[in-house]
Amino acid sequence: MNYFPDEVLEQVFDFVTSHRDRNSLSLVCKSWYKLERFSRLKVFIGNCYAISPERTIDRFPGLKSLTLKGKPHFADFNLVPYDWGGYVYPWIQALARNRIGLEELRLKRMVVSDESLELLSRAFENFKSLVLDNCEGFTTGGLAAIAANCRSLRELDLQENEIDDGQWLSCFPESCTSLVSLNFACLKGEINLASLERLVARSPNLKLLRVSRAVPLDTLHNILSRAPQLVDLGIGSYVQDPDSEAFNKLKATILKCKSVKSLSGFLDVAPQCLEAIYPICSNLTSLNLSYAPGIHGLELIKLLRHCTKLQRLWVLDCIGDKGLEVVASTCKELQELRVFPSDLNGVGHAAVTEEGLVAISIGCPKLHSLLYFCQQMTNAALITVAKNCPNFIRFRLCILNPTKPDHVTAQPLDEGFGAVVHACKKLRRLSLSGLLTDRVFLYIGMYAEQLEMLSIAFAGDSDKGMLYVLNGCKKLRKLEIRDCPFGNMALLEDVGKYETMRSLWMSSCEVTLGGCKTIAKKKPMLNVEIINENDQDFCLDDEQRVEKMYLYRTLVGRRDDAPDCVWTLDAS
Amino acid sequence: MESKMAYENDLNLKATELRLGLPGTDECEDQALSGTVGNKKRPMPEKSEERESKDAETAPPAKAQIVGWPPVRSYRKNSLQQKKPEAEIAGMYVKVSMDGAPYLRKIDMRVYKGYPELLKALEDMFKFTVGEYSEREGYKGSEYVPTYEDKDGDWMLVGDVPWDMFMSSCKKLRIMKGSEARGLGCGA
Repeated sequence: MNYFPDEVLEQVFDFVTSHRDRNSLSLVCKSWYKLERFSRLKVFIGNCYAISPERTIDRFPGLKSLTLKGKPHFADFNLVPYDWGGYVYPWIQALARNRIGLEELRLKRMVVSDESLELLSRAFENFKSLVLDNCEGFTTGGLAAIAANCRSLRELDLQENEIDDGQWLSCFPESCTSLVSLNFACLKGEINLASLERLVARSPNLKLLRVSRAVPLDTLHNILSRAPQLVDLGIGSYVQDPDSEAFNKLKATILKCKSVKSLSGFLDVAPQCLEAIYPICSNLTSLNLSYAPGIHGLELIKLLRHCTKLQRLWVLDCIGDKGLEVVASTCKELQELRVFPSDLNGVGHAAVTEEGLVAISIGCPKLHSLLYFCQQMTNAALITVAKNCPNFIRFRLCILNPTKPDHVTAQPLDEGFGAVVHACKKLRRLSLSGLLTDRVFLYIGMYAEQLEMLSIAFAGDSDKGMLYVLNGCKKLRKLEIRDCPFGNMALLEDVGKYETMRSLWMSSCEVTLGGCKTIAKKKPMLNVEIINENDQDFCLDDEQRVEKMYLYRTLVGRRDDAPDCVWTLDAS
Repeated sequence: MESKMAYENDLNLKATELRLGLPGTDECEDQALSGTVGNKKRPMPEKSEERESKDAETAPPAKAQIVGWPPVRSYRKNSLQQKKPEAEIAGMYVKVSMDGAPYLRKIDMRVYKGYPELLKALEDMFKFTVGEYSEREGYKGSEYVPTYEDKDGDWMLVGDVPWDMFMSSCKKLRIMKGSEARGLGCGA
């Protein structure tokens, strides 16, 4: 199929950027495969063990940007042992060895050693962008190497990592003036404020800056005076005496920050100072107050009333149903809402219920992404929400008591979630909670045609539930299940299905060692990992229930970096 | 092996009960009982005593004991725990002096939710009454006027600023009496 010369095709391919589309291009024919692979700049690898660094580089020698994801999603909730894996070092080593012109590295749930960062900082002349989301294994030493050695660094995004030391912030050389994006909001501990101010002063292209708690309002004022062009601002400590001269100066400076569209932080806050930011609230499209428990009640509502253009809102549940009603009447452009729990320990007086969600669905018809932690829910509410917002792409509901039924009718929430999957034809991600029987899975299998990721906990009655999902959801890629009565019958009915998916996680279910071994034998292209953290010797009896199983498709067989508690079953 | 939920047949009590086992199972064998709620960097070895002491048939255990529930990232959990609103106001004991009294007292400001409560407590403690507060004239109708020293070292009249602001700026309290008090606008 050579109607066009390669140069023309390449130009056309340049317009195709999403990795899924590029994957499709590569399947058309051999010449397109060849053309595509040499021209691919951004490579996305959703499971770092699905392929090896060497084969990736071999296929895409021109890559400039690499995205890697490591640990299974449930690692976020302490269900995966700390030493499970996901090491980035072999990747960086291979990229360096092959002299790949790496410019961007985006990592999620990976283990990133200081050694990796040091190598990264020296091996790639044009390295521009490092994003670490929920990673671990590095210290200020590794970050210092990045700051000091990456001459054209544009982006350093440290998202929700545990970092104790801020010394690395002082390691950017005077010659570093290229920063566009710097996020260190998660940093604990002190930093050199003067150093930060100087860094901002010499970064004329700075558009995103999210600072940590250690940065007080005085420093913020100085920073904003130097960088009124900021588009994305994360505030650290927002505590000031509202009567003071310093506060007045801040108010005046904030007025000049007309470009700020995204606001976050307020890690420490004196609510009476919030009025200083009202003038910029009407420009905001994104607001993240989920780390600001100090903003609640009337102060929160007052703030939200100014945010008429908001598209994305992350808050804590202390916003209450009343607060959500205000959001519903104010934020007509809202597309994404996340309501996080503020009380994680006790029984909780979580202030949001189904009423808040219904109000949002009425007021915000453009809503397509939801994460909602609440105390209670009803089928009626879910049915109403589904009717009002048929455009959901992501719908994640977490009822804090995981097996709670409809609190009005005492029925399971099958009908409610059924309504959601029926009405929302574009639904790609779904998380369930509450009392649920096999019926909800029947609905999911029947209606959730676009579903790619499903998270299930404490739900279902029998293997039928899991089977409905596996048979019905043709586009399913990630399935994660915990504490459900699904066993070998469901697991083994169609093992070929797992080769069409990225991964399957099952913990505290009914699957046995024998069942897992069967999959491993039948499908050598799957790695079937059993995770056993007990001190006791793992019983080798095939009838033994498996506590945690993680299986994923791979082109490179069993990995060699698994710890003792992870056992990859033999393929033969 | 299928396990059926019993909820269709009984009063649904089982269905709403928070349990650690699989729905429908009676015995408690969930490894969730081991103390792995915590820092994911340090594995916590299971103790067999912990497991033996748990029994799914007794009252539902507190939520905190289900590993990984609610599904919130450790990072977020850790930050919230550090930042409980009470913790933001550290050391809220302030000294209270009254003109003419032989010694000072100390009160915990966090105990009070607003000015009325605070003033009542002071009145009880020192056996006096404050006058009536108005923005224009301060406290009228009493010899005694409640004042406080703020962060800048100035002596301010209690009641002028919102409670939250007062809480965060009050360093000590002084109940002024008589002629000195008149300087702050107290009527005779």
